[in-house]
Amino acid sequence: MAYIFQQALNALQLGSIYALIALGYTMVYGILTMINFAHGDLFMVGAFFCFLLAVYFHLSFVPTLLLSMLGVACLGVIIERLAYKPLRNAPRVSAIITALGVGLFLENFTLALSPYPKHIPQLLENTTWAIGALSISSLQILIIVLSLVLMLILDFVVQRTKAGMAMRAISWDKTIVPLMGVPVNKIISLTFAIGTGLGGAAGVMYGLAYPVIDPYMGIMVGWKAFICAVVGGIGNIRGAMIGGFILGGVEILVAAFLPSTYRDVVAFTLLLILLIVRPYGILGKPQPQKV
Amino acid sequence: MKKSSLLISLLLILSLSISGCGGDDSSKIKIGVIAELTGDIPAVGTSCKNAAEMAVQEVNDAGGIQLGEKKYQVKLIIEDNAGKAEQSASSAQKLITQQKVTAIVGPNASRYALPAAEIAETSKTVLITPWSTAPKATLDSKTNVSKKYVFRACFIDPFQGGVLAKFTLDNLKLKKAAVLYDVASEYNKGIAEIFKDVYEKNGGKVVAFETYTTNDKDFSSQLTKIKKAAPDVIFLPNYYSEVPLQIQQSKRLGITVPFIGSDSWGSEELVKLCGKDCNDYYFSTHYAADSASDTTKKFIANYKAKYGTTPDDVAALTYDSFGLLWQALKTAGKNDRQAVRDALAKIPQYEGVTGNMQFKEGSGDPVKSAVILKIKDGKFTWFANAKP
Repeated sequence: MAYIFQQALNALQLGSIYALIALGYTMVYGILTMINFAHGDLFMVGAFFCFLLAVYFHLSFVPTLLLSMLGVACLGVIIERLAYKPLRNAPRVSAIITALGVGLFLENFTLALSPYPKHIPQLLENTTWAIGALSISSLQILIIVLSLVLMLILDFVVQRTKAGMAMRAISWDKTIVPLMGVPVNKIISLTFAIGTGLGGAAGVMYGLAYPVIDPYMGIMVGWKAFICAVVGGIGNIRGAMIGGFILGGVEILVAAFLPSTYRDVVAFTLLLILLIVRPYGILGKPQPQKV
Repeated sequence: MKKSSLLISLLLILSLSISGCGGDDSSKIKIGVIAELTGDIPAVGTSCKNAAEMAVQEVNDAGGIQLGEKKYQVKLIIEDNAGKAEQSASSAQKLITQQKVTAIVGPNASRYALPAAEIAETSKTVLITPWSTAPKATLDSKTNVSKKYVFRACFIDPFQGGVLAKFTLDNLKLKKAAVLYDVASEYNKGIAEIFKDVYEKNGGKVVAFETYTTNDKDFSSQLTKIKKAAPDVIFLPNYYSEVPLQIQQSKRLGITVPFIGSDSWGSEELVKLCGKDCNDYYFSTHYAADSASDTTKKFIANYKAKYGTTPDDVAALTYDSFGLLWQALKTAGKNDRQAVRDALAKIPQYEGVTGNMQFKEGSGDPVKSAVILKIKDGKFTWFANAKP
């Protein structure tokens, strides 16, 4: 019994990080119908910001987290302005190729600075509580709670505020909405800032949980988060969260009860079957309400 | 008109640059190095590059290598394989066909050495891998007999896995082991299987045999499973960039048993990434910097003076690979790939900085001893020797 609880906790931790990254994919897709393949690498940049702030500026956890989020958000907005905006009316393939290019640039730029894996110092005192055979670490709790809080704030912003309403409106119709006086460029920038900022937060938390970071860390995690977004119904915010927890859960549970070699095979086969049954994802609809 | 003149001038520039490259290279011996300078294990590649540059500089400062009547300077050409198997193969191809090197040293990790070794064998060029311990590197992929052109400077995994299994049983007296290894990497997989085999034959029991794939960062599921199996010791035959994560996550899950590792732990980066978490654990490797012979001490002192760090096993083995190569060149007496290969195959034994190596007839694998190191306060200290 304790074994199952322990694995469920592991799944929640992994799932909440996937979900945070998946949100960035889904928000950008919702508003621009474009898949930002550089998102995984922005997540990596978030982890490196965390490393720089913690090691060279000796900041504690809260300022590190906030500044990393801010830094990645600014980077996201700059990338949108320089690389994606000129292509807004170009064929979608061009935008995707540009996104892949931006991702490669970020990886190789970080690599050129230093190819060595980096160690993120322990920013928070970590205590492990043992309850019977179950061990819970404070870090695990922090990651799960913080991710949930961030997701709740995001949900509130998108559903209840004026800016959120504008985001949803733009994703609904890009030609009519500007005529109503909605500042499209500002809202798109805001969406990018929030989406990549969440990716940055995920980078920091990932760095705390798995404190060895390298320039390639964003690739695989990025792909997996993208899959989460698709499974949840791309463009749908709540779907991305659910997708993240599903993938995290499946990955952990497969490794827990089957030989761990089968993990990715079984996980991705299950997701494929899910997509065959529901091609629009779990919460997606043929004409989904997008952000 | 304009177009054709542009084309001609372009061609002229091209031909100039080609003949420019040809220069005075005939008086130089070209040696290629393939190293993991970027990718997932850059510390390995950097050590290899440093030691290679040092070995070549020493020879060149002494006037070069005597071949027949003339002394030849050595030119080093270093290729980065970026931690990719396919790039290792293309680097080998490039060094052999374009740069026309006499011999190649590297790559180091088995998963990169294997593809490069295949190319070297088919192109009949000597390749010495300093650090690849997987048996397959020097064996022909189809017939399983020894490759003719591939050599190494280190012991092989069947020996290392056996040493570790016996050390755990006899010295540490731990009878229940768990193994967590990267199933996508030749080296990790090979040594994990040999360890299991020898350990169980000698009375131990492997209670959990768990896997992951390269670049995974989350091992919580596998480790929870290992915890449930309640082993006395956990064997992690994985690279230095992943071991710290595995040990830290184990501790967070409340696992308190000791860990042991293999020669892939032996980089100072391990201690940097691990902090205090890796103290008091053991691993097997090629040489111990703190209990060295006189030749080895000289090498360590020179390396320290040049690069400011203690040479790790990769650096020492790379240096030995070059030592073997110099000896083969001198015996061959000419700068010719086939002659170097024949001379190298005839070296019966070699006294290197990593100890005495003996080569069996027709095999590229040396017979040499291993050492067990203990990590004490963040330093690698000698603990035991294991003879072949």
